[in-house]
Amino acid sequence: MIRIEPRAQTPRAFAVGIPVLSAIVALALAAIPLIFAGANPIVAYGEMFKGVFGSLFAFSEMLTRATPLMFTGLAAALAFRAKLWNIGAEGQLYLGAMAAVAIGSGVLDISGVVLLPLIIVCGAAAGAVGMAAPTYLKVRFGADEVVTTLLLNFIILIFLQMMLEGPLQDPMSLGWPQSAPVLDQGMLPPLMERMRVHSGLILALVLAGVAQFMLARSVWGFKLRAVGENVAAARHAGINVKRSLFGVAVISGGLAGLAGVSEVAGLKGYLTADLSPGFGYTGIVVAMLAGLSPVGVVVAALFIASVFVGADSMSRAMGVSSFLADLVVSMSLLCVLIGGFLAKYRIIRSNKAGATS
Amino acid sequence: MMDLLNILLSESFWAASLRIATPLIFGVLGALICERAGVLNLGIEGIFVVGAMCGWMAVWLGAGLWGGILVAACAGAFFGLLHAILTVPLGLSQHVSGLGITLFATSVSYFTYRTALPSVSSPPRIEPFQPLDLPILSDLPFLGPVLFQQTTLTWLALAFVALVWYVMNRTALGVALQAVGDNPNSVDAQGLSVYGLRIGAIVAGSALMALGGAFLTMSAFDAFFFGMVNGRGWVCIALVIFASWRPGKALFGALLFGAFDALQVRLQTEMGALVPGQVFLMAPYILSIIALVIAARSADYPRALLTPWFKGQR
Repeated sequence: MIRIEPRAQTPRAFAVGIPVLSAIVALALAAIPLIFAGANPIVAYGEMFKGVFGSLFAFSEMLTRATPLMFTGLAAALAFRAKLWNIGAEGQLYLGAMAAVAIGSGVLDISGVVLLPLIIVCGAAAGAVGMAAPTYLKVRFGADEVVTTLLLNFIILIFLQMMLEGPLQDPMSLGWPQSAPVLDQGMLPPLMERMRVHSGLILALVLAGVAQFMLARSVWGFKLRAVGENVAAARHAGINVKRSLFGVAVISGGLAGLAGVSEVAGLKGYLTADLSPGFGYTGIVVAMLAGLSPVGVVVAALFIASVFVGADSMSRAMGVSSFLADLVVSMSLLCVLIGGFLAKYRIIRSNKAGATS
Repeated sequence: MMDLLNILLSESFWAASLRIATPLIFGVLGALICERAGVLNLGIEGIFVVGAMCGWMAVWLGAGLWGGILVAACAGAFFGLLHAILTVPLGLSQHVSGLGITLFATSVSYFTYRTALPSVSSPPRIEPFQPLDLPILSDLPFLGPVLFQQTTLTWLALAFVALVWYVMNRTALGVALQAVGDNPNSVDAQGLSVYGLRIGAIVAGSALMALGGAFLTMSAFDAFFFGMVNGRGWVCIALVIFASWRPGKALFGALLFGAFDALQVRLQTEMGALVPGQVFLMAPYILSIIALVIAARSADYPRALLTPWFKGQR
């Protein structure tokens, strides 16, 4: 007989051990598709490692890739803590990016001291609106936010195409659906000479620190966790659940909006409809790998970014499809989910007499 | 106004509505079966992709059209089983597991497609299901083009609506399935297996979802493209709520969505000069959200939806 029994207490080591183990298992499982694709897995892993740690440039590329994932990972982690299922970070990212180019590409020709903060604030606000709307539909009408945020991603992407062929289109782009570039003084400064890594990374790290502190130490964080753990109990304890949900919705959407700002004003300089290769969805994996902890998000984002950058480089060297990275990412999500089960429950094998072995 | 009337009276509009609704009918029925048994299956979007890819690839490798349908259904059932194991005996978060299945199924499909066809400029085509050509019926005015010149898959979808309705409302299995989604303890008390019923429902429902995907590559189009599912799975999740978990209303919802989608394409060509085309492209998704908002309050949720159940633990 196999029995499943809840653990009285989750061992501390599990909090770090499970995500790390999940990542390793997912990478190991990737050997199967690698062999399927006719590649030697050991050589492929070597190429992936070289693609991330082989040079300073490679490493800086990984940091560049991790930056938006930190923002979207934080967006998912905070919302999920309150059991608010924000699956719409992809759309909110584009709302933030649209706000950034709308304000930053020459409408207001003002100095960087004012323009850059203005871009950041407006980008975050646009993302916040993008999450506040479905939260309103949830609170007021009971419309499931999973479905509404997912559908909003598609609506926003189509809206983006409309804007890029309309009001936001660069008149110099010869009909290409692309926005005008953000003014130089509106750009997030680069961190290293001749590298693409930019100060959006610093912003992400600072926000992760703030989020960690707020979640663990502030009344706001306490209320948020209470709502996430038991809505009825939170309400009974006098917590305004709706206000808590709106609060975390605005912050979660704002963080996702900042991912868009950071990509536009830190990396690309202008906006196209393929700005994000699914950063919003990958952010969910980042958050889950991080165990919904803001500091964990930083580490998880670095790991996922390494997988993507490493797989790209491996793909170029060995001709294996770079969709391998998506495979590793999705498998690590499933692994960490199963790991979470092992953290919560013990599997006990017992004989008929009931004695445990 | 006359234009709109002309569109609504044309047989091509109604034929297109039913054609667009077909994958949604499969998807909504699949999601409905899972949710009736108490488990949300957000893997649907990825299972659509897997069905589309596997069905197409099986035909491309020479399995024949019905062989492709069978392969697609099995692939869907496999990913459904994965979701079932994670959410039923392990009782893990149905939201996260479903999203994980969607990401996993999508990346498996894309990786397999890319590995099998490393560099093709135009996707290889197959000979898809052909429109029915029935004596007399297909030549009927209006009804012929709308109903009897669809492909066999559309009729299969309609047959499944009837089958699911019958099983749900007229058989002991249906009663047990609904009970397991409302009150699993009562099912357990009767000596039936809660795990078995739920896992079976998810596997069957996922196979149906995969058929929706297979329709895309084997009937609506004749090739596989990245991103071709384009949110159809999520639309199905919204439609299930709109349909209050009833097969008949699910058919109605899918047809309504199909009609609206067919209408927006036609209005786009009529009014393209006045309004940007994207406004019409957005409309079906907005309609889904509106439908959800209208239905959400009155929706009669399966009472144990999203709640895991463990044997011997009340």
